[in-house]
Amino acid sequence: MISSSLKPDYAIFAVPPQLIPNPPRWANYPEALTFVPFGRYTLNTLLISAVTIVGHLLSCTVVAYAFARLRAPGRDALFLVVLATMMLPYPVTMVPLYVLFRALGWINTFLPLTVPAFFGSPLYIFLLRQFFLTLPTDLEDAARIDGANTAQIIWHVILPLSRPALATVAIFTFQTSWNDFLAPLIYLQNPQNYTVTLGLQFFRTSYTTSWGYLMAAALITMLPVVIVFLLAQRLFIEGIAMTGVKG
Amino acid sequence: MPHLSASRREALNFYLCISPWLAGLLIFVLGPMLVSLGISFTRWDLLSPPRFVGLRNYERMLGDPLFWQSLKVTAIYTMLYVPTELVGGLALALLMNQRVPGIAVFRTIFYLPSVISGVAFVVVWMWIFHPEAGLLNLALAQVGIDGPRWLTDPHTALSALWMMSLWGLGRAAVIYLAGLKGVPKELHEAAIIDGANAWQAFRHVTIPLITPTIFFNLVLSLIATFQTFTSAFVATNGGPLDSTLFFVLYLYRQAFERFSMGYAAALAWVLLLIILALTLLVVRSSDRWVYYEGARR
Repeated sequence: MISSSLKPDYAIFAVPPQLIPNPPRWANYPEALTFVPFGRYTLNTLLISAVTIVGHLLSCTVVAYAFARLRAPGRDALFLVVLATMMLPYPVTMVPLYVLFRALGWINTFLPLTVPAFFGSPLYIFLLRQFFLTLPTDLEDAARIDGANTAQIIWHVILPLSRPALATVAIFTFQTSWNDFLAPLIYLQNPQNYTVTLGLQFFRTSYTTSWGYLMAAALITMLPVVIVFLLAQRLFIEGIAMTGVKG
Repeated sequence: MPHLSASRREALNFYLCISPWLAGLLIFVLGPMLVSLGISFTRWDLLSPPRFVGLRNYERMLGDPLFWQSLKVTAIYTMLYVPTELVGGLALALLMNQRVPGIAVFRTIFYLPSVISGVAFVVVWMWIFHPEAGLLNLALAQVGIDGPRWLTDPHTALSALWMMSLWGLGRAAVIYLAGLKGVPKELHEAAIIDGANAWQAFRHVTIPLITPTIFFNLVLSLIATFQTFTSAFVATNGGPLDSTLFFVLYLYRQAFERFSMGYAAALAWVLLLIILALTLLVVRSSDRWVYYEGARR
């Protein structure tokens, strides 16, 4: 694939195939980038991912803490609802959500892709709750005796202890937002607002014959998730193991 | 708040803390689901006001060949994918669980493809499946096989999408790995000492202990395959000859290409009921084959 991204079109279909393009056609990269404004798409996607990460970290932490530590009537039943919504297929709410966001005038903005993150996500609430349950309660008890309220306990006691779990949520969120296709496809119709995946799809349908460009564009699209994954891979794989997923 | 008892105050705090999620549940999940049920009884193109048509949309499905086709495609794909994910994912997890030097690198390599999902991933596979210049057919030609036309042949397109999805096995494998890590070594060793061979120990010790993980993966992959969209939309757009017309792709077309919001909402509800029924079936069967340590009845 890397090899193809460096070939002129006629060489991609050459038989027998060349493994190392000779000469490498580096120009495929800048040309793919100028054909379609991938820089713009990257900025759009980074913005959406960043806001979504902030939203998830803020909302899921507080909700997960409540489910892990605070006792209240109805808590266990509500937690079952969290688990149930984790299983809920997105397409089921696709039509009414479109109608809702359209009524709000949010079509062609990033709002439908970012605002819901501030209301939590069942998967990350579950993940963080499982992690919080493994933390010792002594520190919290001490803080409470010293007069700290719930917000202070979350901020000063829980968060510093939860960096790996929070990082896992941030990375998962980044990966999901970066690769998301269906939601941007529905809500972003103006090419100015496209995310990288939409841009790549647009590129694919417009320049079907230029496989060299297409491979270059696909590589550019993949690169950020691959880099983030390689930087954080230990965390990533152990993050899943850590949640104690045992049915 | 001196008037409240400590437990009252704690409960109040709890509801305060979960309020974002509770609001989100009402605004983005339960509300829309009810609205969607309402829309499914109407005819609505978004331009003119919705018109109540009773059960007409549901009746229309019965006589809609594309509805049945999309259901068939999705069911076949599920039957292909779910078993391979269960067996293949577990096999991969067993490999990942070996204690050999360099295992971390091996795990990374096998998990990496699941990180690259979405459009870029599909685009790469479209090139691999290219009938003349694709890697797959070039490799097949090396051993003297004239490869099929994969994504452009109605007989092979769905299988090609299935092969494509196997690249994401790493995700299931990592969940299995978590399950395998929870199997106490002593039990396995005890079985070997009692004269069991490696396969018997695996079959009668490891498997029963990881049934909760198998159960979890089974439910997740059932739900996920019923929502397949991106690969079909990008690689084949449902074709050729509707051979990859997945249910959600059909739903998307009805909603956002033909603007039949009523019909699309009805399709969405049918999807929900199918997934619910399948999940319940798996959950009910789980009593018979899922073993929870410390929860024996």
